Amino acid sequence: MIKLQGIRKAFNQGRDNEYWALNGIDLHVEANKVTALRGPSGSGKTTLLTIVGCLARPTVGRVSLMGEDISGLPERFLTEIRRRRFGFIFQQFNLIKGLSALDNIILPGYPTGRPRHELLARADELLAGLKLGHRREAKVEWLSGGEQQRVAICRALINDPELLIADEPTANLDSHLAREFMAILRDLAAQGRTILLTSHDPLVVDSAVVHRVVDMRDGKLQGGR
Amino acid sequence: MKLWLEKQRYLIDYTLASLARRKARNLGLLLVYTLLVFMLASVTLYTHALRQEAARVLASSPEVIVQRMVAGRHDLIPPGYMEKIGRIRGVQKMEGRLWGYYYDTVTRANYTFMVPAVSVPANNEIIVGPALERSRGLARNNGVTFRSYSGKLHSFVIAEVLPQASELVSADLVLMSEENFRAFFDYPVGHYTDIALSVANPQEVRNVALKLAAALPDARPILRDEVLRTYASIFDWREGIVLALLSAAILAFGILAWEKASGLSAEEKREIGILKAIGWETGDVIKMKFWEGLLVSLTAFLVGFVAAYVHVFHFAAALFEPVLKGWAVLYPRFQLSPHIDGVQVATLFFFTVVPYAAAVLVPIWKAAITDPDTVMRG
Ligand SMILES: Nc1ncnc2c1ncn2[C@@H]1O[C@H](COP(=O)(O)OP(=O)(O)OP(=O)(O)O)[C@@H](O)[C@H]1O
Ligand SMILES: [Mg+2]
Repeated sequence: MIKLQGIRKAFNQGRDNEYWALNGIDLHVEANKVTALRGPSGSGKTTLLTIVGCLARPTVGRVSLMGEDISGLPERFLTEIRRRRFGFIFQQFNLIKGLSALDNIILPGYPTGRPRHELLARADELLAGLKLGHRREAKVEWLSGGEQQRVAICRALINDPELLIADEPTANLDSHLAREFMAILRDLAAQGRTILLTSHDPLVVDSAVVHRVVDMRDGKLQGGR
Repeated sequence: MKLWLEKQRYLIDYTLASLARRKARNLGLLLVYTLLVFMLASVTLYTHALRQEAARVLASSPEVIVQRMVAGRHDLIPPGYMEKIGRIRGVQKMEGRLWGYYYDTVTRANYTFMVPAVSVPANNEIIVGPALERSRGLARNNGVTFRSYSGKLHSFVIAEVLPQASELVSADLVLMSEENFRAFFDYPVGHYTDIALSVANPQEVRNVALKLAAALPDARPILRDEVLRTYASIFDWREGIVLALLSAAILAFGILAWEKASGLSAEEKREIGILKAIGWETGDVIKMKFWEGLLVSLTAFLVGFVAAYVHVFHFAAALFEPVLKGWAVLYPRFQLSPHIDGVQVATLFFFTVVPYAAAVLVPIWKAAITDPDTVMRG
């Protein structure tokens, strides 16, 4: 589904604190599979996710989505791709405070111009699927960590993306909630979604839900299972 | 099209929600902003209305007024004086006027007693301006008594109350017949207060004045144009003082607005990042923030302007009367005729709303074009 070729990424390029976080990455993220990136802190996992997710551009190299080269597209098109095809689950959840769970979930639907009732119906469906229907009107800052993450998952799914991107999805959860998350992940994979995530957590990377683990170190891939 | 409309609706919804989320901050800003518009609008509305009023007063006054000076003081025009002026080319009409001030101990206010040139009231009848009508609670056909300076009481019947159209002109007027006027003030027969000359051609006015000065060395011609200019400079000067005082307030507001608007809080920056990451376009984010700024500034502008209008035209600009009005001594209290000038509103709008919108948009724009990948890092 997504192919990365010779990806390198520099921060502060040209300045004396120039730093190459990625040093030549070739990776094929297969469709309908769960792929996990594993590696020590600072190895470039998050950086790689931002490039796959079109949140940032590689300094060198090509990214192609379904065979189409997208690394040279202007910002507007990347935004469009992010909105239609990707769903993001951030490590800090990144919900917007002061808004209800429901309002947070339908936020990515605004720029699509989809009628509100449709968005709301879909959001309710997603909330019910994650057993969170009773908290739909609650302001997100009042939700527990696990509930917040489920809201974030619903938000990632509102536009029905093909690819889900999750950065350290279990880092803020206890092992019980982490197991619940894996169950959700299994269902999502069963629906045929492509999932790319990063994790240190053995509970995630050793799980049978994950089809493929890719190891990273110093901005390079290292094989894996 | 429908899609586009739906998108705009979402944007506005979100804008309203985000305004409501930061209630305290936005209300504070709105308050200060509204106050500023209120002050500025009050000053401009007030001075503009005063100027209009003055122009109206002078429009109906003669081109040249001749006073006689004795020892540098305004004195009565003696009999035969007008004949001495004789015929000056360009003068259409020459008439002696009778008027004087009367201090009414009952209402403790000054009134202008005057014999009008046309539609002179019948003997023992007077026509009064709205000020007297108000302060003495008088109406048509009521009787009223004044004690003259010589101590005698004079009674009159009110034949008419002048309309409100231009109160500055008519508020304190009391019009009466020549016979009544002379009797009331013990005004010697044949004497006049001053002489009004009508000059048809404005170019002739200066020549007429020169000839007058030559013919009568003790005469002082007062030209309408000069009076107009004096008024204008007085108003400009006073307006300048108030604006100078206000500029301190404006500066303070500027700093506050800049601080509030441009110093995007970390929270707001994060929010912009999140919106972009989940697929909002840069344009959407900017539009949303633009709506937010516009809503605040428009509300402030409208509320401030309406409040200023009410302040100036319904409460007689009570807040700056002492600074701005030179006539306060003569005219106890008067109501300005409501007047709004399009250019004036536009100028005010431009100087209050546009700087704010810019102060809001620049930092938003900066935040909105940065890469959204920062949201991935806590
Ligand atoms: N904006 C930036 N400017 C400079 N350096 C950066 C920036 N973002 C990341 N880096 C550096 O790039 C390297 C890779 O960072 P990245 O966040 O991808 O690591 P990671 O594998 O996700 O680590 P962790 O497991 O701790 O999340 C790190 O050394 C980091 O300091
Ligand atoms: Mg990371």
